[in-house]
Amino acid sequence: MSVNWRNIFLFAVMGLALVMTGMYQSWTLALTILNMGLISSIMALGVNMQWGYAGLFNVGVMGYTALGGLAVVLIGMPPVGEAWSAGGLGVILGILIGIGTILAAIALWTRMAPGKLRVLALIAVLTGGFALNRYFFLPAAAAIESVNPASEGYLGGLGLPVLLSWPVGAVFAAAAAWLIGRIALGLRSDYLAIATLGISEIIINFLKNEDWLSRGVKNVVGLPRPVATPVEMRQYEFVFQMSQMTGIPINRMATIASMAGFALLFVLVLAILMWLAEKALNSPWGRMMRAIRDNETAARAMGKDVTKRHLNIFVLGSAVCGLAGAMMVTLDGQLNPGTYEPLRYTFLIWVMVIVGGQGNNWGAVLGGMLIWFLWVQVEPAGRWLAEVLTSGFGVDSAVRDHIMNNVAHMRLLTMGVAMLLVMRFSPRGLIPER
Amino acid sequence: MDPLNALLALTNFVLIPGIAYGSQLALGALGVTLIYGILRFANIAHGDVMAFGTMWVILGTWLLQSWGVSLGFLPTALLVLPFGIVITILYLLAADRLVFRFYRKQRVRPVTLVMASLGVMFVTNGLVRLIIGPGSQYFEDGERFIINVREFVAVTGFEEGVGLRTAQATTIIVALIVMAVLFWFLNRTRTGKSMRAYSDNEDLALLSGINPDRVVMVTWILAGGLAAIAGVLYGLDKGFRPFTYFQMLLPIFAAAIVGGLGNPMGAIAGGYIIALSEMTITYAWRRVVAHLAPEGWEPTNLLQVLSSDYNLAVSFAIMVLVLIFRPTGIFKGKTI
Repeated sequence: MSVNWRNIFLFAVMGLALVMTGMYQSWTLALTILNMGLISSIMALGVNMQWGYAGLFNVGVMGYTALGGLAVVLIGMPPVGEAWSAGGLGVILGILIGIGTILAAIALWTRMAPGKLRVLALIAVLTGGFALNRYFFLPAAAAIESVNPASEGYLGGLGLPVLLSWPVGAVFAAAAAWLIGRIALGLRSDYLAIATLGISEIIINFLKNEDWLSRGVKNVVGLPRPVATPVEMRQYEFVFQMSQMTGIPINRMATIASMAGFALLFVLVLAILMWLAEKALNSPWGRMMRAIRDNETAARAMGKDVTKRHLNIFVLGSAVCGLAGAMMVTLDGQLNPGTYEPLRYTFLIWVMVIVGGQGNNWGAVLGGMLIWFLWVQVEPAGRWLAEVLTSGFGVDSAVRDHIMNNVAHMRLLTMGVAMLLVMRFSPRGLIPER
Repeated sequence: MDPLNALLALTNFVLIPGIAYGSQLALGALGVTLIYGILRFANIAHGDVMAFGTMWVILGTWLLQSWGVSLGFLPTALLVLPFGIVITILYLLAADRLVFRFYRKQRVRPVTLVMASLGVMFVTNGLVRLIIGPGSQYFEDGERFIINVREFVAVTGFEEGVGLRTAQATTIIVALIVMAVLFWFLNRTRTGKSMRAYSDNEDLALLSGINPDRVVMVTWILAGGLAAIAGVLYGLDKGFRPFTYFQMLLPIFAAAIVGGLGNPMGAIAGGYIIALSEMTITYAWRRVVAHLAPEGWEPTNLLQVLSSDYNLAVSFAIMVLVLIFRPTGIFKGKTI
C-alpha cells in the first residue's frame, strides 16, 4: 500500500487547525474540540459502516448514542439500595411479564392456524399481558421514584468500573438496531429511514419519562470518571512540572492533563476501531458488502442473503454509535436526556460522513473532526458575519436585534449548505473511497 | 349508567381533537405521498417545509394585526394563508431547481434523493430558526370558541359538555375543501390525469407525450400548498414551534405508510387512523368509563394505556405493525 500523501496532508491541516485554536484561543478549547471530535469521528465511523459499506440509510443515530449513554448510568453508578427494596422486584416482574407477553404473542402467531381465532387469541394475550405488566410495574416505578427524589429516585446502576459501560453501551445499541433491522430491512430503503427516525425519537422519549431508570429530565450527574479529575491531577508531580515548564497556571494545567487523558483513551478506542474497520472493509466480507451495495440484484443472484448481511452491518454500525454515545456521556460526566436533539446527534453526523467521504473510514474520521471543529467555530464566525450584514439596519434596529438573537442557528444553515454543496459538486467527499 | 354523558365526554376529549389532528396529519401525509408517488423518494424535509410556510403566515399575521386588519371571528392567519402558500411553493420550486433536479436527471437511486432532502431539511430548519427563532409562537386570534363547554352545559343541562374551538372547526372545514379540490384535480383535469399516469408507469407516460418537467413542477406546487395549509392549521390548533414540526414527520410518514405510500386516499385514511389511535391510547378513560360503570363501580385509576408523552410511540407502533403485516399499506401503495 502506497503512502497517501494527500490524506496525510488533510489530517495535518486538521491538526494544525486544532493547534492554532490552542495557541490563539485556549488549549482547553482545543482539547474540548478534540475530544468531542474524536467521539464524532467514531459516530461517523459507525454511520459510514452502514451507509458507506452497505448503503443503509440510518437516521436514528441519536437513539443509539442515547442508549449507549444509558449504559454508562446503569453500569457506572452505584445501586440505590432503598429504591431496589422499594420497587426493584415489581419493576423486574413487570419487565419479565412484558417480555413474556411479546414472546407468547409471537409463539401464538406462528403456531396457530390463520383465522379469526388466532387474531382473537392474540388480542387477548396482548391485552392481558399489558394489564398485568401495568399492575405490577406502575406502583413499583412510583415507589422507586419517590425514594429521595431530589438526588436519587431511580434504581441506580451496578457500580462497576465505568469503562465497562462502553462495550455494554454498544450491546444496548446493537440490540435496539437488531429489533428495528428485523422489521424494516428488506423493505424499501425509505422505510428504514423512517423507522430509524421514529425509534430514535421514542428512545429519547423513553429516557426522558422513565424516571425510575434514568431519572428522566432530572438528569444523572456525577458519573464516575475513568480519568483523574482536575483536582486529583493537581497532586501529580508531572502536572506540576509541566506547569512549571510551560508557565500555564497549575489549575489550568490539571484540567488540560485530565482532558488529555480522555483524549488518549478516545484515540486508543478510535485506533482499535479503525484497525478493525479497515481489516473488515478489505476482507472478503467487506468486498461482499460493497458488492451488495453496488448491485443488490447481482449479489442476490450470486447466492448472497442480502437482508441478513444488511442486518449484520446495521447492527455493527449501530453498536459503534452506541459505543460513542457511552464515551460521550462518560466525558460529560452526566446523562441529560433533555439535550439529545436529532439535528445535532443524527443529522450532523450525516454531514460528517458526506463531507468526509462516503465509504472511506479515514474520510469519516476526518469528516467527524472537521465538521465538529467547524460546528464549534462557525458560531463566532457567524456572529461576526451577521453583524457585518445587518450593520446597514443601524445599531438599535429591531430586525437586527432579532437576527443577532437567533444567529446561533446560522450554523444549521451553514452545515446544510455545506452538505448540499459537497453532495452536488464533490459527491465522493474529501477522502474518496478507493 | 349514563351512556349519553359518556358519549359527550368522548366527543369532547377524543373525537373532536382527534378529527382535527387527523385532518392536519392527512394534509401533511398527502404532500408526502404525492412526492413519493411522482418523484419516488421520501421527502424528509416535509415537516420543516411546513414550518417554513407557517412561519411566513405568522409573520404576515403579525403585520396585519399591526395594521388592525382582521377576519372577525375567524383567525387572521386564513387571510395570509394564500401568501404563505405562494412563498412555500416558490421555496420548493427553488429547492427543486437547485438541488433535486440535478439528481433526478442523473436517475440516481431514491436514497440519494432522500439524502438530498436531508440537506434541504437542514437548510430549511436553519432558515426558520434564524428568521423566527426556535421558541413557541401562538398566532390564533379571533373568536376562540364556536361552542363553549360551559355554555353548552348551561344550555343543555348535561353533566358533560362539548366544546368546539374555532381552530378545530376551521381545520376540519379547510381540510375537507382542500381534499375535495385535490381529488377533483387528480381525477378530472388533464394535468391531474397525466400525474396519475406518470406515477403509474413513468416510461409509458413519457412515451405518450406527457411532459415530465411539468408533472414534477405541478407536484411540487401541490406539495407546497398542502404543506403550508397543514402547517398553518396545526399551528392555529396547537401553536407553532419549529421542533414540533420536525417531529411531526413521524406521524405524517406513519399516516402515509399505513395508508400505502403513494396513495392519496390512503394518506387521508392513514391520517385519521393515526390521530384517533393516538388519542384513544393516550386518553385517560376514567371519565368516560365512570359514566358507563354501574353505581359504586367507578374506576379508581386513570385508565390511561400510555402517558401522552408517548404519542410518537403510538404512531410508530402502528406503522411497525403495518410494515410487518402489510408493507404496502392498507390501501395498496404507489399509485396516484
